[in-house]
Amino acid sequence: MTIASQLPVIPIILPLVTAPLAVLMPAEKWGGRLPHVFTTLVAWTVFAACAAILHSVATVGPISYHLGDWAPPIGIEYRIDLANALVLTLVSGVGALVFPFAHESIRSEIDPRQVNLFYAALLICMAGLLGVTITGDAFNVFVFLEISSLSTYALVAMGANKDRRALTAAFNYLVMGTIGATFFVIGLGLLYQATGTLNMADIKIQLAGDNNRMVEAGFAFIVIGMGLKAAMFPMHLWMPNAYAYAPSVVSAFLAATATKVAVYVIIRFIYTVIGADFAFAPAAFAWLIAPLAIAGMFFASVVAIFQDDVKRMLAYSSVGQIGYMLFGVSFGTEQGLSASLVHLFNHGLMKGALFMAAACVMLRIGSHSCNAYAGLAKRMPLTAAAFIIAGLSLIGVPLTVGFISKWQLLSAAFDSGRAWAGFLIVASSFLAVIYIGRVIELMVLKEAPKDAPPIKEAPLSMLIPMGILVAANIYFGLNTELTVDLAERAAHALMGAGR
Amino acid sequence: MDLLTFIAERYNYWIFIILMMTGLYIVIARGNLIKKLIGLNVFQTSVFIYYISIGKITGGTAPIYVAGDMEARAHGAGHGAPEGAHGAQALPGKDALGVGAIHADETLHEDFELAGNDLATLTGETHAAPHAAPEPQAIHSAPEGGVNDALAAPDLKIEDHAAAAADAVHQAADIIYSNPLPHVLILTAIVVGIATTAVGLALVVRIREAYGTIEEDELEAADDVAEFGAPPAREAAA
Amino acid sequence: MIPSPGNAIALSLAVPLVGFVAIWLAGRWPNLREAATLLTGVVLIALTLIVFAAVGEGARPGYLLYTVVGGLPIAFQAEPLGAMFAVLASVLWFVNSLYSIGYMRGHHEKHQTRFYMCFAIAIASAMGVAYAANLFTLFIFYEVLTLSTFPLVTHKGDEAAKQGGRVYLGILMGTSIGLLLPAIVWVYSIAGTTDFTPGGVLAAPLSDAGPLPMILMGLFAFGIGKAALMPIHPWLPNAMVAPTPVSAFLHAVAVVKAGVFSVLKIAVYIFGVDFLGETGAATPFMWIAAGSILLASAIAMHKDNLKARLAYSTVSQLSYVTLGAMLATEMGVMGGAMQIAAHAAGKMTLFMCAGAIYVGAHKTLVSELRGLGPKMPFTFIAFFIGAMSIVGLPPLGGSWPKFLLMLGAADAGQLAIIGVLIVSSLLNVVYLLSIPVQAFYLEPAGEGEKPQGSGAKAIDWRNIEEAPLLCVIPPIITALFALLLFIFADPLYAYLTPIAEAR
Repeated sequence: MTIASQLPVIPIILPLVTAPLAVLMPAEKWGGRLPHVFTTLVAWTVFAACAAILHSVATVGPISYHLGDWAPPIGIEYRIDLANALVLTLVSGVGALVFPFAHESIRSEIDPRQVNLFYAALLICMAGLLGVTITGDAFNVFVFLEISSLSTYALVAMGANKDRRALTAAFNYLVMGTIGATFFVIGLGLLYQATGTLNMADIKIQLAGDNNRMVEAGFAFIVIGMGLKAAMFPMHLWMPNAYAYAPSVVSAFLAATATKVAVYVIIRFIYTVIGADFAFAPAAFAWLIAPLAIAGMFFASVVAIFQDDVKRMLAYSSVGQIGYMLFGVSFGTEQGLSASLVHLFNHGLMKGALFMAAACVMLRIGSHSCNAYAGLAKRMPLTAAAFIIAGLSLIGVPLTVGFISKWQLLSAAFDSGRAWAGFLIVASSFLAVIYIGRVIELMVLKEAPKDAPPIKEAPLSMLIPMGILVAANIYFGLNTELTVDLAERAAHALMGAGR
Repeated sequence: MDLLTFIAERYNYWIFIILMMTGLYIVIARGNLIKKLIGLNVFQTSVFIYYISIGKITGGTAPIYVAGDMEARAHGAGHGAPEGAHGAQALPGKDALGVGAIHADETLHEDFELAGNDLATLTGETHAAPHAAPEPQAIHSAPEGGVNDALAAPDLKIEDHAAAAADAVHQAADIIYSNPLPHVLILTAIVVGIATTAVGLALVVRIREAYGTIEEDELEAADDVAEFGAPPAREAAA
Repeated sequence: MIPSPGNAIALSLAVPLVGFVAIWLAGRWPNLREAATLLTGVVLIALTLIVFAAVGEGARPGYLLYTVVGGLPIAFQAEPLGAMFAVLASVLWFVNSLYSIGYMRGHHEKHQTRFYMCFAIAIASAMGVAYAANLFTLFIFYEVLTLSTFPLVTHKGDEAAKQGGRVYLGILMGTSIGLLLPAIVWVYSIAGTTDFTPGGVLAAPLSDAGPLPMILMGLFAFGIGKAALMPIHPWLPNAMVAPTPVSAFLHAVAVVKAGVFSVLKIAVYIFGVDFLGETGAATPFMWIAAGSILLASAIAMHKDNLKARLAYSTVSQLSYVTLGAMLATEMGVMGGAMQIAAHAAGKMTLFMCAGAIYVGAHKTLVSELRGLGPKMPFTFIAFFIGAMSIVGLPPLGGSWPKFLLMLGAADAGQLAIIGVLIVSSLLNVVYLLSIPVQAFYLEPAGEGEKPQGSGAKAIDWRNIEEAPLLCVIPPIITALFALLLFIFADPLYAYLTPIAEAR
């Protein structure tokens, strides 16, 4: 037994084991930096492990890791193919940037006594998200989902130090999240009843393409449950408040990862567990997922235009962007799936960067209302530049990741003979021009209020991670080897498994 | 009459559905945060009951080895709800056909293997068991548990293995067990539920500290005041 | 050391970017900064001429920059139309830089460094548009051009500038993302490539696709908002809030010409002239262009603000190019191509004169210009020449394209179009030529007075109040270009012929 053979379990075990240590660390030493530095190192290790996993999956092939050496379908299996390796890398990569980013922002936003707990909770949240992604066992998904959700509720509530509405936001999130998770469990129960197994791949084998009511009901429960977690329209109501009042760092991390993981689970269940060739899948695509996706794309984007709070606006924008991903999935083609996976990855990069910029503004100006952004281009040029680039990426301007996403989605739409879908996509991205353009205009053209105190640019510890994420927005807009190529292979494998 | 039978046979599902709807109703309709949490708990509990009920086999016992009394139970196989067969404890032997399970084969290997494990734990005779098993489909899943348990009892003599294993398999073939897996799963879910409730209650405490109330409409009113600087019209009128 | 034409293409994109950095670094020393701009301009002209010459010899130099997604390279390839556009843009950029220096200093504008930096990016992206080898590349630089000119349009930063900028960005980004991008992806989906190919790429796969070619053509015609085809023209008058050099160069040359250039290029190299002619896919848009020509001229007559009048004149003149493309005949395409060059020289002259009048006399309304001629003779003479060229009077460059377009319309059997062209020229006479005439022949009018005719006044050489020298010389240079374009029309025609023959 070598370390290398245990690689898949490291991203889960390491944060889970080290999180309690972070709680126990003395908070005063090194100017309170000890838990921060420690958890940052953990996050980097996890990222290294995930990158190694991705490399191995991309070059060698899917990994099947048997937890405790118990063979599937009885034992829990960690099964990693390209689709989840990509998501793993996204989650751990964003984590590796958010942890170093957090220090200054957190110190100013949350109760100092909670700092240790914050890092521990963030680690657990990351572990949970990674666990959801990595596991091949359906019930395990639920367990990890709740691990991440519970810590998320706590993290969101920590925003109460700045704004007490964080508490009610967290409570609503808890209620909605729990309902979602419970729906998911009901769906699992139905699938288990139909197949007698919980291993995802095994469920697929046992179903053997069979169609019956129980599976349909199970599928519906799972999509609804996960849709709640993914903030799929119209089940997104918990999200804007949660993102707006959570500490900025938490918003940045969650926006880039949590909803993406939920979308990934939906994709996984559609393709690996149920199978796209399942008799009712086309009907579900056409009458459930596509309409909700379209409604989300438009409704949420329109609402975003009228928001006075930048974080809330970004949250609504996320709801719309989730719509794009599900819309891609609903094409039911390999290209559509690949486009969704690409957008899933890319959107994590954009939203992460945007929320990080919002965190910098929050740190220096102490507000995330639109007015705080007036004249930002002069007051905090680097932060403003980061926001503008990431914003342009969200709009889908060429040379950014957003453009790649849009191009992939559009060509998937046209290639599958859905020209109307292509126009819906561009029409809703025009809405993104409006809501992002509005903030950019404020930053660039409007003067800061006369009595505004002079402020410094955000500290380096925040600028560097944000800069890396912004650079990633451009880098992956040019070099699509990692995203598009891998997503295409992943989609091929997922669809192939469905045939 | 058929309809009544149909409904009555599925009484466990009715309980589940009624509880679930009750829970959801409380969550949605009640403004008090504590009541909401209680509703959430009722909702979750309904799912627990659902899981537990699908694992239960009429006449089945807990998956623990009991010497003797096997034959008597073995013939009580089968149960009312047709769906139950999917998750059912089925007999690996000749009676398996009689159960009429749709996925009998797939279900068998797992349940049989569980039975085998427990037997092995008791007798210390294991790794031979799968080889002696009469049903080929049982083989692929059994070795894991078998080997593990065998390690725990290293000092047994080889010649005992074959005989005892054959015996164990024979006994296992004749007994009915409830499916323990849903119950185990639900233990996990209960833990998760308790954690959720705890976090929820902690949040309610914090909300009460911050707002001085836990009624939803009062919370919203307080937020409106904070945001717009004036109480909503109806309060001003009052 | 002379770079190969292929490398010259790459360098013509890189040099403005180097200039961008140099301008930024030299931001504190205005003279050094302007030297950087001008040096960049000279080098750029040399580079585009190298490419121009090579293309004239029949070569098609190319440069592959980068492959983004499989089958989607950022690649460049020069062909006659693009080479001409590149030379035009680089030469006029240089002239405009001279003018900018005079204007910006004469007018004490703020943020001059940012102004020149954005200009450098704009010219780089114009080069990218000119040399793009496929729709994908074209789109990228088209968008960069939009974004880089946004700070220029909103340069003044006041409420009017913001409002104008909002419309500018909203329409250009909206049409490009909402219509152009799907059109490009659609072409890619149908043809499997977006390369500009002589004869087009759509003819084979769409031979019997019903209304699809027409839909695609519509997406392109309206998606390329920079071509300002009505009703998506409002961005152009709104962009007039920008300082005059911006209007002169970007909204007479780089941006708008990038638009009509793209329309022409797509008609020729994506659809193919023959395919368009056979399917009639372009006919509705030909009529829209014709309507746009007349309507914009009519609006221009009512505009008292000089720049607004010029802007609507531009909308009208741009539609000539679109019209040429949509005629789907050889002559039409040639007329459109020649119009790009001729209109650029003419309209830029007019805009620079408008700027000179603003700097010299602080006048922005047409009605205020009466009697100003004797004070600013050079400016108004240049204006007169430019206006004549736009109207299409010999011996100026603007006359040829009109002539070719009429021939093209006759070839296509659209005689009504000839009527449209004639009427439009008459309208041009009314609203453009009247300006210098009034400036020389009328007395300055006070508030509410009727203008008094006084006959031509002798220029009082002692009493000249011209704008700074750097504001006056550039329009004279471009007016000369307009003259040269008449004389050297034949070589240009021969140079451009391969486009029309590419079928």
